[in-house]
Amino acid sequence: MQRFIAIRAFQSLLAILVMSMIVFGLARVSGNPLDVMLPIEAEKADYERLEKYWGLDRPVHEQYFIFLAKALQGDFGESLKYQGQSAMGMVAERLPATLELAAVALFISAILALPIGVLAAVGKGSRWDTAAKIVALMGQSLPNFWLGIVLMWIFAVWLDWLPASGRGGVKHLILPAITIGWFQVAAIMRLVRSSMLEVLDSEFVKLARVKGIPEWKVVWKHCLRNAGIAPLTFFAIIAGSLVTGAVVTETVFTWPGVGLLVVDAVRSRDFQVVQAVVILFAGVFILCNLLVDILYAYLDPRIRYQ
Amino acid sequence: MPQLTTTRTLPWYAIPWAVDGWDKLKRFPVIALAILLFLVVVPAIFAPWVAPHEPFQGNLSSRLTPPVWQAGGTMEHILGTDKLGRDMLSRIIYGARISLAVSLIAIFVGGIIGTALGLISGYFGGMTDAVIMRLVDISLALPTILLALVLVAAVGPSFGTVVTVLVVLLWARYARLVRGETLAIKELDFIARARVAGASATRIMFKYILPNVVNSLIVLATLQVGYVILFESSLSFLGAGLPRAQPAWGVMVSDGRELIVTAWWVSMFPGLAIMLTVLSLNLLGDWLRDHLDPKLRNL
Repeated sequence: MQRFIAIRAFQSLLAILVMSMIVFGLARVSGNPLDVMLPIEAEKADYERLEKYWGLDRPVHEQYFIFLAKALQGDFGESLKYQGQSAMGMVAERLPATLELAAVALFISAILALPIGVLAAVGKGSRWDTAAKIVALMGQSLPNFWLGIVLMWIFAVWLDWLPASGRGGVKHLILPAITIGWFQVAAIMRLVRSSMLEVLDSEFVKLARVKGIPEWKVVWKHCLRNAGIAPLTFFAIIAGSLVTGAVVTETVFTWPGVGLLVVDAVRSRDFQVVQAVVILFAGVFILCNLLVDILYAYLDPRIRYQ
Repeated sequence: MPQLTTTRTLPWYAIPWAVDGWDKLKRFPVIALAILLFLVVVPAIFAPWVAPHEPFQGNLSSRLTPPVWQAGGTMEHILGTDKLGRDMLSRIIYGARISLAVSLIAIFVGGIIGTALGLISGYFGGMTDAVIMRLVDISLALPTILLALVLVAAVGPSFGTVVTVLVVLLWARYARLVRGETLAIKELDFIARARVAGASATRIMFKYILPNVVNSLIVLATLQVGYVILFESSLSFLGAGLPRAQPAWGVMVSDGRELIVTAWWVSMFPGLAIMLTVLSLNLLGDWLRDHLDPKLRNL
């Protein structure tokens, strides 16, 4: 087990390093990186200041290490659009908003997807099953930015029940959470359903029924525990889709989180902020993957020997 | 007076899919295929002849015309026009072309790279295998939308940018799949006989192993086209995909967003197009997978 963890941790470290190299390299791919990092109106004084800051007169590998050292301290330079504010500082400021959205979406998807998935498996062919299949297929096919716009159109424009944008109370949370959450619900539901179907056929379930355990206990207590492994480990993919979903949904609903920040930064060519966000998210994402892999290996010992 | 007719009331959740139609739809992918072909592929290929208008040039005097069934709509512009007066239907048709082009190129290139690396990795084993698989793992762990955003921030949105990001995203899955199958196939007798007969490694890989892997490749590719279209349209929506001048569906939805209150059709129709295309592709892919290789359930 230790060996497995060590190998996976090393791989994750490599992944983060690769990501940092990509980000570092992309700034330099189109010639002078300062052309990417500074807006067109920048003066010579700005150019020289940034040159010294990032050590651009030194050889490339030294530059990379300067970049890495600064990054580890959380220093990604200053935002170009909002002069004087540290890039990482801006990210930290917006982080709670995104976390709030992600947490709510995840929570909703867990309480919705799990029961419906179980019910769909237990009543194969019943209306729960049909409902589950529809939700699942829609979740896979709907572009989430469009879903957001449709929801906004129906509930905020036509019916005027919910606010169309911005962050505030619970009312503001509903539409964005559904937009991000639909895909998670679909994915988790599908997975719960298929693992439950597998588990429901096993021998120990027949034994439990023969013993006289009430059906609801058999399903919800015994089967779910075994079926729960696969969806739990699907969490890595969920984390990934949360990142994508957050970026798009925050853009649609003008939710003041990190996703909106990064899209704005890309539009205004504020490369420092983009760097900060990308490395942060990539780090979190890769960490999630690592944790899930370890969890999976813990729960299913066969994985450790691959 | 006895009732001469009975009206069957459907429960609230029995939207047309929920009744028989749904299972039938899954059992007859021909329907899904037909939708796909007639709405997407055929117009995409024959766009210049099928589209009623020019997608790039707008007639400002007819800007924001509603679709034909609303007040103010005309037969000239069946699905209405956008804020520059460009016909929606034509733009959607050309958009189909772009989406398909991007997806097919990305999957093709990603598929070739992935398959080649998978074959090499599976056949030679050892260090090569270890290195390539580590690359695959790392590649699958990268958050792609962020990668795309960084690339666009550096280089600017373009056709090439989108395809590059997609290729980086896609190749790893092919490599993994092909490697798994290669490992299984290379133990078979006919491979040993080929080796005894003196066939070179390249010949064995491409002439003997590859044809047996093609089935799974086709299923994977079909399942991926839908996902690629979604990803590309999300990127375009954010302004990080295809350039804004192109009639890409994602760009169109983004354009229509501010107009949602007054001109809902500018956003709705492209989005609907995306959804229907991806839906048909998913149904088709599911059916193909069930028929060609049920082992791939977990893709």
